Amino acid sequence: MNNEQAKIISELSGTNAKQCMKCGKCSGRCPMFDSMDIKPHQFVSLIAKGQTDKLLESKSIWYCLSCMACVERCPRGVAPAAVIEAVRESVIRVQGQNQLKAEDVPQFVDPEFPQQILVSAFRKYNR
Amino acid sequence: MQRIGVFVCWCGSNIAATVDVKRVAETLGQEPGVVYSADYQYMCSENGQQLIKTAIKEHGLTGIVVCSCSPRMHEATFRKTAESAGLNPYMVEIANIREQVSWIHKDIEEATVKAIILGRTAIAKLLLNTPLTAGETGVTKRALVIGGGIAGIQTALDIAEAGYEVDIVEQRPTIGGRMAQLDKTFPTLDCAACILTPKMVDCAQNEKIDILSYSEVEEVKGFVGNFTVKIRKKARYIDEKKCTGCGICMSVCPSKKGLNEFNMNLNNRPAAYIPFAQAIPNVAVIDPEQCIKLKTGKCGLCSMKCEAKAIDYTQQDSFVERNYGAIVVATGFKIADLKYFNEYGYADNKDVITSLELERLMNAAGPTKGTLLRPSDNTHPHVITFIQCVGSRDISGCGKPYCSKICCMYTAKHAMLIREKYPDTEVHVFYIDIRTPGKNYDEFYRRAVEQYDVDYIKGMVGKVYNENGKLMVQGSDLLSNEQITIASDLVVLAAAIEPEPSVRKIATLLTTSIDTNNFLTEAHAKLRPVESPTAGIFLSGMCQGPKDIPETVSQASACAAKVIGLLAKDKLKCNPCVSISDDSMCIGCGTCANVCPYGAITYVDKEFRLGGGKTEVRRVASVNEAVCQGCGACTVACPSGAIDLKGFTTKQIMAEVEAVCKR
Repeated sequence: MNNEQAKIISELSGTNAKQCMKCGKCSGRCPMFDSMDIKPHQFVSLIAKGQTDKLLESKSIWYCLSCMACVERCPRGVAPAAVIEAVRESVIRVQGQNQLKAEDVPQFVDPEFPQQILVSAFRKYNR
Repeated sequence: MQRIGVFVCWCGSNIAATVDVKRVAETLGQEPGVVYSADYQYMCSENGQQLIKTAIKEHGLTGIVVCSCSPRMHEATFRKTAESAGLNPYMVEIANIREQVSWIHKDIEEATVKAIILGRTAIAKLLLNTPLTAGETGVTKRALVIGGGIAGIQTALDIAEAGYEVDIVEQRPTIGGRMAQLDKTFPTLDCAACILTPKMVDCAQNEKIDILSYSEVEEVKGFVGNFTVKIRKKARYIDEKKCTGCGICMSVCPSKKGLNEFNMNLNNRPAAYIPFAQAIPNVAVIDPEQCIKLKTGKCGLCSMKCEAKAIDYTQQDSFVERNYGAIVVATGFKIADLKYFNEYGYADNKDVITSLELERLMNAAGPTKGTLLRPSDNTHPHVITFIQCVGSRDISGCGKPYCSKICCMYTAKHAMLIREKYPDTEVHVFYIDIRTPGKNYDEFYRRAVEQYDVDYIKGMVGKVYNENGKLMVQGSDLLSNEQITIASDLVVLAAAIEPEPSVRKIATLLTTSIDTNNFLTEAHAKLRPVESPTAGIFLSGMCQGPKDIPETVSQASACAAKVIGLLAKDKLKCNPCVSISDDSMCIGCGTCANVCPYGAITYVDKEFRLGGGKTEVRRVASVNEAVCQGCGACTVACPSGAIDLKGFTTKQIMAEVEAVCKR
């Protein structure tokens, strides 16, 4: 159990996992449920328990669409997508990948990409 | 000069563990005016009270300060003690050194100093106290019950049984409330109408009970024992005394588009209608929004056919004013609005219904005559999915933060009744938690699972959508960690309940308090659950919090017992701490009368001598001491400082402030 890490992830997500009443509405709504190894409601409960190891290895963080359906529907004001996002962020930081250099970008750019993707990528990874 | 005694209580270790009680007693003993001081383990005990009595007699005390718990707890006790030793009970002051000191401080030095300051403050006030005598008022031996559901009916029947007169004011055309709409009731499955309608008839036949249906409380004046209430009787357009309830007006009325509120708007009713066959009073009412005669002036069919000549299109709202000793609020509940819950498709699909709508669809007197047919195409549903906790336990701002309490049980009831009557039906229930505390309640729910084969799924539904005429219910099955989709014919939402919205206006009229969820607040959550904090106002049923029928009936009877206890008294002791106006300073501006919430202040013309044989007539304030409740609003509003509150005079309060600030 890694409580310090759980604290950091909780803080990053800005959500209080203890408010969860374990109704599972987030997972009931999630469009990517079947692709996920750890389900949205489990992210919330594992963070509450401080068990971050499983989360950091989870494939789910790469499947979450950030569609925010779980956040929208949660009756308890918990934001599962924000927890997933915070785990994703932590994984990237651990791997030292939180750098995005402008000069590296052109080789990845696909003309089909919406401009928004570049903007948000820079916001996140170019600090 | 007064001779004051100070008594410091240890309250076992409650006070003594944090406050140096000996030092408090010694220090306060040095204060000017104090001739005796003592400390004791339990001042409220028999021995403690004896200590006070002996000291009063031996030292000739003229007033006492008790440093103990909150005055809400034991002020009355110590006033009685003082009175029995020959002291005026209003020469007692309490310094609250428990709730305001020992319970909230940890540091002994800090707490002790604060206790001394509070004791000194009480002494400063007591030095200016004067003996007060409580007056008496009579009690009007009649009660008002607002709301004619099962709560109001039970309270009224019990009060009438004790021999007192009761009026029931009901805003709808009939009494019966929500219970009248139900099909069967848990946990015994007896039909709601079979057990409710006899009680409704009892109300109508009881000569002590007067039912004012289709009426609303308009204005409330007075105070405990002596309320005056103005009631608006809404125009029915039908003479209540002449109408025989034959129903001819209903059958001839050509306007059939009014929504049938009793059937949860699932079908239509005529403009002239009786809500249901067993309505009490069994009198028709005309809906002015739908009546062609009232809207266009052309029609009048019902008037032509009515043999009793009861139809009166010119009827207007009328008012009655009556006096009561006690008022009971029993306004009940409604189903919360589902507009923020689009995910369940309630607004878009006719076959997504609330549980109360299902009650009507299953009821033999309902729109389908008791055959379960789905609203969209009147076919028999084969797969029915129930969703619990819709809008309950929701702190996202869309729903209610509380548990509605009755849904787990009625959902189990619905599931069982459907499986019993239509064994070919598949029933699924999505639940978050099953909450079934109560006698025979959990056994009831288990029967649904074990005997009736109802499929309970732990998890919540994320969305309901329509696909090829089927309602696809997509949700979590948390125990198998799967996301499942059930193709259903009918979806039933166990929607949150909320207090009937009219309760807000009623709470304002009665000057009683309401919580953030619009439930009325009780005087004490555990020890005074059926009384409101306002004297003479009592609470019955759902208006105080979510309850099922057995609990509502118990509370209704408890409420009646409290009302009877009040009405049985011939005289009530008044609070002597009332306002008094100084004629020589009053400028007759009228400000105090405007702010007085009890209507206790009137203006009178008085003759004053000016000297030299001359007189002058001036308009001055006059306080009715029986009506004044001592809130002090007038003393603050008075621009000339003419009004003061006995027992809490401006001088006394200033002396307290000075004592607190003194180093």
